[in-house]
Amino acid sequence: MSHWFMLTLVGKDQQGIVAQVTTALYEGKCNLGEASMLRLGGNFTMMLMVNCTLSIEALEQLLQPVITKLQLHLHLTPIEGQLHHHIEPEVRISVHGADRAGIVAQVTSVLAEAGLNILDLESDVGGSAKEPFYIMHIEGIATLGIKVLEDALQQLLTTQQPDLKVQLEPIEILVM
Amino acid sequence: MAILNILTYPDVRLKNIAAPVTEFDDRLRIIIADLEETMRAGHGSVGIAAPQVGIFEQIVIIDVSAKPKIKQHGRLVLINPEITKWEGFKVGREGCMSVPDYTGNVIRAHSIQLVAQDEYGEQHEYEMDDYEARVVQHEVDHLDGMLFIDRLVSRRHDLFKRKVYK
Ligand SMILES: [Zn+2]
Repeated sequence: MSHWFMLTLVGKDQQGIVAQVTTALYEGKCNLGEASMLRLGGNFTMMLMVNCTLSIEALEQLLQPVITKLQLHLHLTPIEGQLHHHIEPEVRISVHGADRAGIVAQVTSVLAEAGLNILDLESDVGGSAKEPFYIMHIEGIATLGIKVLEDALQQLLTTQQPDLKVQLEPIEILVM
Repeated sequence: MAILNILTYPDVRLKNIAAPVTEFDDRLRIIIADLEETMRAGHGSVGIAAPQVGIFEQIVIIDVSAKPKIKQHGRLVLINPEITKWEGFKVGREGCMSVPDYTGNVIRAHSIQLVAQDEYGEQHEYEMDDYEARVVQHEVDHLDGMLFIDRLVSRRHDLFKRKVYK
């Protein structure tokens, strides 16, 4: 019987990580599901759904040679693999401002309380080391409606974070 | 009338190029009626092109009238449609009855001019903006054997124009 694992992998960015990891998986007769792979602060990160008949130990062994060779950190978690059930986002929120402690916590707390269910969050630090700025894009479901989110963000801007720039746009999906 | 079977990607027939319609007869009008029923049976679909049901002729139906407060022409039958002018661009999220369980961002012209015939062969000219223009561009792609997944831009790429607070 086959089952799903979430493969989480971190390592110093170098050429060919994806090719070597996925080739090892392919040769071990594993199938791949959804994946997110990103370079974050000079590290290469991978989150990859893997489906196979191997035990978790056997899967780890299969990957060991490439993990050792490329000096990667690997973690495997048994998961329930849900394919073909995408949830579509209803709203997209962008935030940017001078980087200081607590932006993400404040913004996401306000949004969570206003009913946002986050499907995708991507953030980055730009600018210079002396004057960094923080930029974040969030997509999600407005479980209490978009108006509630708008009001909550407005409240945040007027009371706590006047310098933050926050933009919200409903995502209209046209099916045709 | 009948709800027709929708071809879904990766069915290679979706790459077929649709031929121009030459006979504006009862057969055409039956296809149109079936297409419309199929479109309305799809979840919130605002357009359909004949190749999506395996009929490789230049027949399109659009109807964005369910979207409130936008400039639009209501239900339109577009036979042998030809876009004659493109202006501006906009990123928007598209889905397709032929591409289940996937949506993506696509850049389309914001405004278009279009020449098309109706179900009786009469020629009309249209100017369209925004959602309606997007739907027509998506459907005309179907006639050319193209899907929106051939034109994706990154979901993570920030090209959206948003409402700005404060
Ligand atoms: Zn389509």
